[in-house]
Formats: sequence, structure tokens, C-alpha cells
Amino acid sequence: MTVVTAEPAVSTDPTASTDSAASTETRAAREVYRDVLVELLGRDERHVCLDSDTGLFSATAWGDAAPRYLNLGIAEQNLMGVAAGLARSGRVPFVNTMATFAATRALEAVKLDIAWNNLPVRIVATHGGLSAGHLGSTHHALEDLGVMRMLPNMTVLVPADGPATETLVRSCAELPGPVYLRLGRGATPDLAPGAEPVRIGLAQRLRRGTDVTLIATGPHPVLTAVGTAEELARTGIDVAVLNMHTVKPLDREAIVEAATRTRGIVTVEEHWAAGGLGSAVAEVVADLGVACPVRRVAVADRFAAGTGGHRHLLARNGISGAAVTEHVRRLLA
Amino acid sequence: MSDDHARTARELVVRMCANPEGGHLGGSMSMVEILVTLYRDVLRIDPKRPQAPDRDILLLSKGHGAIGLYAVLAERGFFPEELLAGYGTPDSVFTAHPNPAVPGVEMPTGSLGHGLPLGVGFALAARLDGRDRRCFVVLGDGELQEGSVWEAAMAAGAQGLDRLVAIVDRNGLQISGDTEETMGLEPLGDRWRSFGWTVLDVDGHDPDQLRSALSRVPHTPGRPTVLLARTVKGRGLPYIEGQARSHYVRLTERGHRRARAAVLRGERPRTETT
Repeated sequence: MTVVTAEPAVSTDPTASTDSAASTETRAAREVYRDVLVELLGRDERHVCLDSDTGLFSATAWGDAAPRYLNLGIAEQNLMGVAAGLARSGRVPFVNTMATFAATRALEAVKLDIAWNNLPVRIVATHGGLSAGHLGSTHHALEDLGVMRMLPNMTVLVPADGPATETLVRSCAELPGPVYLRLGRGATPDLAPGAEPVRIGLAQRLRRGTDVTLIATGPHPVLTAVGTAEELARTGIDVAVLNMHTVKPLDREAIVEAATRTRGIVTVEEHWAAGGLGSAVAEVVADLGVACPVRRVAVADRFAAGTGGHRHLLARNGISGAAVTEHVRRLLA
Repeated sequence: MSDDHARTARELVVRMCANPEGGHLGGSMSMVEILVTLYRDVLRIDPKRPQAPDRDILLLSKGHGAIGLYAVLAERGFFPEELLAGYGTPDSVFTAHPNPAVPGVEMPTGSLGHGLPLGVGFALAARLDGRDRRCFVVLGDGELQEGSVWEAAMAAGAQGLDRLVAIVDRNGLQISGDTEETMGLEPLGDRWRSFGWTVLDVDGHDPDQLRSALSRVPHTPGRPTVLLARTVKGRGLPYIEGQARSHYVRLTERGHRRARAAVLRGERPRTETT
């Protein structure tokens, strides 16, 4: 990451990101999501917003849709079951909680009540990855992508910026089955304008290259991949970058192309190395039977405890341009 | 409902327990009158149109009682009784926990503590839709040890879901033995009341009491209702009634004959009353 941040002097909002000074021109994905959802509920009678005391929503913001905003308190297992009952009755619930509570605390209800019945529930999970920062390991979600992509019927989406969040929220509203949408916490810069819009199931090509392919998911990993690719280009190394905003269903064709046309793949994600995007990519490569090395930039097999904000924890846990560069150089050595 | 319906359902349950896989006998027998009363006298359902949009919803949260549900659904005409011979055989739709591929089964359940949250969702949807639909959730008493039950109880109370009805099959036993010795539930009525529910106490083997209580739903405007239905685990088989070992049973051919004879005699052992 090359973005320099300044910590705000005072923050009275405990959920406000201390990293948000990075980009005054952008908004947190969860705020983008909130505004799109208010609009969607106003337009479509089927949509229901289920809240779990996230503090993200104001009950007064819904206008005529207010009866379809239900804050069911701090009870995530019940939340998922209620969503399934609503969806089975023809509603399209948007369920709101933090990523780690959706993926672990409420997992059985997600698996049995929602995924098994293939119901159109949209689980919108904030505080993905290490974005909860100094809130600590109780609030870090480093297992959610692995857990959710294992579940049959589940679509797993990770927008990397505000515009992609808006596009994916709007497009997932039309999917017939369940969706897990992982958002971060603070604001991150938008990706370069002019990039093609994201489409569910298709990797977004951010950079063409012939030496190695970087495949990243989530705001900081994608920004890290793009920034590192630009630095490597200045040293004559030509690296492709894919934004894999859809972790499931995975864009196998894009991976096949990466595996056959470049000399290796480096994945970048805010997730434990086991089970996430890197594992998913490695599975595809293994299924192909091609000789393509896959290196994973991810959090090692440990709890990322310790103080510090989101960016600090990313750096401490090796989600960095230096790590990507090291892998690329080894692949080309 | 006449005793014939309950007797037929019990016959079907013991027949399924004579399958090589066996079955959850005790908890299926204890709720026979509850389910028969619901399906015969209370639920607005049509066996020929199990997915009719205006139907009432029945969720068997104590999903291990699947064979009891299958038996009552067959007896009520959702599918031919002969199909139950497939229970426990490879590739049968009749799994040991409710399979939604079986006509009349609303949702897959059986991991305990899921039914009431689902019921809250159905009830909220009905309210949003302006439907008069009622949702009934049958819970085991041991199941009440699951925390998600009380999350849902709190939600239903807070939302004032007066067309949601929980029915607790209060047979007092779980696998380990007495619920009160395993992890006590009493004072059970007070617990539900404290979550904003109206509590009705009934003999769960008395169709008249069940019918009378269930015909008064919604009982209290703005409050969900729970029936604490006092039952006997393994009801209908005097030699195993009220015993924890009735929980899961594989009947031999001889055991099946004996059980069937007992069910057909229709003995009515006393139900403990308080």
C-alpha cells in the first residue's frame, strides 16, 4: 500500500474507521450499501431489512418501507432463522451483522435454514477481514470466505470499493439463492475510474500482464495488488491483476487463462491462508492438472491479535506489497 | 378427531421402528395427539395442495420426531401410507429427520433450536403480507436447552406475534433421562411468560383439551401463545412408557408384533396431572 494516512485527532464514533482519512473523496462500502438498500426497499415490496443492532441504520430513514425494517436485537442465530422463514414466505431479506458473527456464531442457521433451502437471503456482513482493527480477534473475520464458499448454493461476493458495492448489491437482489456479501468497515479509495463494471461471476481485469497473475479480493488486497503491479512494471516485470470480487462461483476461465498464459499466480486476501480465495484458486489449478505454481498472500495460521488499526494489522500480518513482490520475484527466479 | 386417527398414526410409527434402522419411538409417540389434533381439527391445510399459499404452517422443531410427523401426514392423506415402508431404506425420501421432499413437510429441521426462529420469520412475513396465516411450532422440552429457542421467544414477544403458537411436548425426558436432572426447565411457564408469551397448560394426550386451547388462537392480542402439553414419552406402549430408553428403538419382528398389539388395544395409561 502506498496510501499515506493520518489518524484523526478525535473520534467519538467507536465504529468509525481510524483509517478513513486515506480518501476523503470516497465513502465506506457499508455506507454505500446502506443508501442503496434504503432505495431498494422503497422500490421493491419484497425486500426486508433485518438488523441485529449494528447501528448502521436509522429507523427513521425508511419512509414508507419502515414496517420492513426489523431490528431483532443482538441474536444472530435467530436472525438467520427468521430470514429463512421470511424468504420461504416470498420475501427477500437483507440480513445485517458483522462478518465473523454471520460465518461462525450463526453458521448452522445459515447452513441449514438458508443454504440448504436455497433461499434468497442476502447476508451482508461488515467488518470483513481485519477491518475491525483494534477491536481484536473477537471481531476479525478471517474464516468467513472459506466457510461461506463451502456451503452449497451460496454466492460469495467481496466488492473492492464503493461503486462495486453498489453494483453488486443491486445485481445480487435478483439472484434466486442465498448471497454472502462481505464488506469492510472504513472507507477505502475507489479503484481507478474507467475499470469495467463488476459482474457477478466474472473476474474484473484491472491490468494485463504476461509474467505473473495477481488475483486479489477485497479493498486492501486489490489496492495492494494494483499498486505492487505498477511498481513491478517500473522494474520491467509485467504483472496481470484480477479483482476476484466473486469468490463463489469462481471465474474458472480467468484462472485457466492465468494458469496457462502466465508463469504463476499470487493470490492476495484478508483471510486465513486456509480456505479462502487462495485455496479456491489452488483447487481450480489442481483440478486442471496444469503445472502452475500458486502462492498465497494471506494471514498465517494464527490469531492476528495485537493493537493497531486496520492498516497496521494488514502490514503486521503480511498483507503487503512487499510480500507480493517477494512471491513474484521467486516465481520468476 | 377420534381415537382411530391416533391409533393409526401409532401403528405407522411402530411399523417404521421395525425397519432395520429403527426410529425415534418415544418422542414420536408422545406427540401423536398433538399432531393429529393439529392436522385434523386446527390447521387450515389441504393434503391435496400442500403448498397452498393461504395454508397455516406447522414446523416440527423437534425434528427427531420425524416418523411421528410422517405417520400423521400419511394418516391425514398427504401421501399413501404404503410409502412409509421406504423409511430407513436407501434413497428413500423418509429420512430420520423431516425431509422437505415429503409432501406436507415445510422445512428441514432436526438440529434442535431452529424451528422457533423459522416460525418467527413465517409469522413476520404473514403480518407484512396482511395474511391471517397462523404458524405452529412443535418443540421438544429438552430442546428448550438450546439458546436459539430463547432468542426467538424474545423476538416473538417483542414483535407481538399473536399468530405464532409454540407447543412444547413436555414429556420430561431427554436422552440422558429426566430433563430436570439434566438441566432443569422449571418454572417453565414463568419463563415463557417473562418473554411476553401467553402460557396454556394442557394434557397433551387429551384431544379435547388440545383442540380447545388451539381453537383460541390468537389467544391474547399482541402476545404469542405457548401450550405446555404434558405428555408421556413412548405413549401407547405400556412396557416402555415414561422411560428414557424409549428415545430410539429398533423393534425386532417379535417386538413389532407386541408393540402393534399394544397400540391396537389402545390402552390409556394414566397421564400424570398436576
